[in-house]
Amino acid sequence: MTAVASTGAAAFLGRYEGLRTRLPGARVAWVEALRNGAAEAFRAQGFPTRRMEAWRYTDLASVAGAVFGEPLTGVEDATEIPAAAGPRAVFIDGRFRPDLSTLDALPYAADSLARVLPTLDGRIGTIARPAEQPMAALNTMLFEDGLVVDVPAGVAGGVLELLSLATDSERAPAYHPRHLVRLGAGASLTLLETAAGPQAARYLHNPVFEIEIAEGARLAHGRLQQEGREGVFLSTVYARVGAGGAYDNFTLNAGARLARNEIHVALTGPKAEAHMNGVQLVGDGQHADTTTTLDHAAPDCSSRQTYKTVLAGRSRGVFQGKIHVHQVAQKTDGYQMNQALLLSPEAEIDSKPQLEIYADDVKCSHGATVGELDADHLFFLRSRGIPEAQAKAILVEAFLTEAVEAVAEEPIRAALTRGVAGWWQRQGVAGGIEEA
Amino acid sequence: MLKIENLHAAVDGKPILNGLSLTIAPGEVHAVMGPNGSGKSTLSYVLAGREGYEVTEGSVSFHGQDLLAMEPEERAVAGMFLAFQAPVELPGVGNANFLRTALNAVRRARGEAEMDAMQFLKLARARMKVLNMPEDMLKRPVNVGFSGGEKKRNEMLQLAMLAPKFAVLDETDSGLDIDALKMVADTVNSLRGPDFSALVITHYQRLLNHIVPDRVHVLSAGRIIKSGGPELAQELEASGYAGVQAAA
Repeated sequence: MTAVASTGAAAFLGRYEGLRTRLPGARVAWVEALRNGAAEAFRAQGFPTRRMEAWRYTDLASVAGAVFGEPLTGVEDATEIPAAAGPRAVFIDGRFRPDLSTLDALPYAADSLARVLPTLDGRIGTIARPAEQPMAALNTMLFEDGLVVDVPAGVAGGVLELLSLATDSERAPAYHPRHLVRLGAGASLTLLETAAGPQAARYLHNPVFEIEIAEGARLAHGRLQQEGREGVFLSTVYARVGAGGAYDNFTLNAGARLARNEIHVALTGPKAEAHMNGVQLVGDGQHADTTTTLDHAAPDCSSRQTYKTVLAGRSRGVFQGKIHVHQVAQKTDGYQMNQALLLSPEAEIDSKPQLEIYADDVKCSHGATVGELDADHLFFLRSRGIPEAQAKAILVEAFLTEAVEAVAEEPIRAALTRGVAGWWQRQGVAGGIEEA
Repeated sequence: MLKIENLHAAVDGKPILNGLSLTIAPGEVHAVMGPNGSGKSTLSYVLAGREGYEVTEGSVSFHGQDLLAMEPEERAVAGMFLAFQAPVELPGVGNANFLRTALNAVRRARGEAEMDAMQFLKLARARMKVLNMPEDMLKRPVNVGFSGGEKKRNEMLQLAMLAPKFAVLDETDSGLDIDALKMVADTVNSLRGPDFSALVITHYQRLLNHIVPDRVHVLSAGRIIKSGGPELAQELEASGYAGVQAAA
């Protein structure tokens, strides 16, 4: 495929040419080969366009047509950061900030990718597929930092926070952090990730995760995407789960002007499990996309996906979910549900569930619904004295309940509840249900 | 005081109420009886302010306020309560949370102090005990998986909690066994007093053995064709609506 390079793609390729001798790992042969390969892939593809099947509903023209700046090094503390409750890794404009992070005395290794990159041969680029995903190619070409977590076999890692903050820079920076998480056999970790930025700041946050979960290990990955309203968030997660292991991903996709939450999970050993749940809250002027692929590549695995999208004002939501059951994956138990609630006649949702099944003894189901608030329900609440805006908020909360209740981890659920409440405040609605 | 004058209302352009007039003084309980299609439910929805019920003529004043100009939640705050014939189920909305939210919304709008969770639970438990409701009905989602009788009990719990000035019971007795019927009657009777009035809409006379009304009205084709004392209900039970309609 040859593409006419967009302004933005040409700018990123030019930046790579200028920086290639200075990027982390520049003198390490395998890193150089990895980046060069990614640069070739990105040069060939450019930014994704709507002609690509996986990007039919999400138009990146506004990103491809823009030139983003480099993040500044040594950014001053422009952002208020709440005190850490526990272990935490903080990234400002994509760069690790040891001064703001708390990673001491952990029973596992957690470090800045820029610092340990030369030791990561064979760990980076093994799960991600930049040849198929231009944003992953762009990330591989230009990543400068990221979080590297290694939980040894049998270790219970507890909760680790990953905070990615944008500053209010005039430079409209683009940053492409590469995060690597590996859990040894029987290990466990709760990774609570927050991505946020000032409301008026323009930036591109393009993180790629590579996650390896060994036999019997369990990773709970909670993600709160609360980027500023002018931000662009294009995130790709690749996870591989071994026998008897589990990956729980919950994503609240609530911020950014344009957001894509792309998740690829491969269940590679028998009895592996994936739970992928999410809530998208899309306000006026926003576009939010959740795209998942789930590879059942071993027998006796199960997967559960529940995604709920709420759309207000003039907004657009996308859900694409593909379950691929390989021929070896007998006794697969797969379930996927995506539901959208339209609060405005100008809101739109595109939903594309896909099942590809090559094994003959499987249980797989999927469903999709699109609806509006039930007028009878709304009238009932109002007839009991509850003002209309609050009644709507209560019904939306109720709509989200199923996805939220599927989150087993209390810290993730609590963060999520706060995130939903914050979204309502930004919509100008105070107060939903009162707890009794 | 509720004063309905020459009320005309249409649904989907079809006239249902055709000049209904009715005055209910504070402290009084009136019953409206009538055959299917006479406009009973339309009357209750017009009073509660449901969308799609278009008032084409006439007026309703409620304690001096123009009821028809008010939003449904404003009517609730002013003291109007509708007990639904078929209460909706709200998956994902806990019954206790719903009740506390409604109670505090009304209290806030009336300038009264909000109830904290402890005060609320104390009050709710006391009311539920009277209604013979198991406490786990507070924890379940609103009306989800409730039997018909449980849904009506839940309506009566809301009535008892919100303590309105005026209650419209829209065929609350339909489908109820005798115990549930008595529970509905007890709830309404316990609220009776100089500051409470009610409009009991029913098909049958049997509820009126337990809630003895001050006045009984017969509704036919969207108008009241006959009014009388409690004995009118018995007369209807004996002769049927056809007899009254023919005589009117």
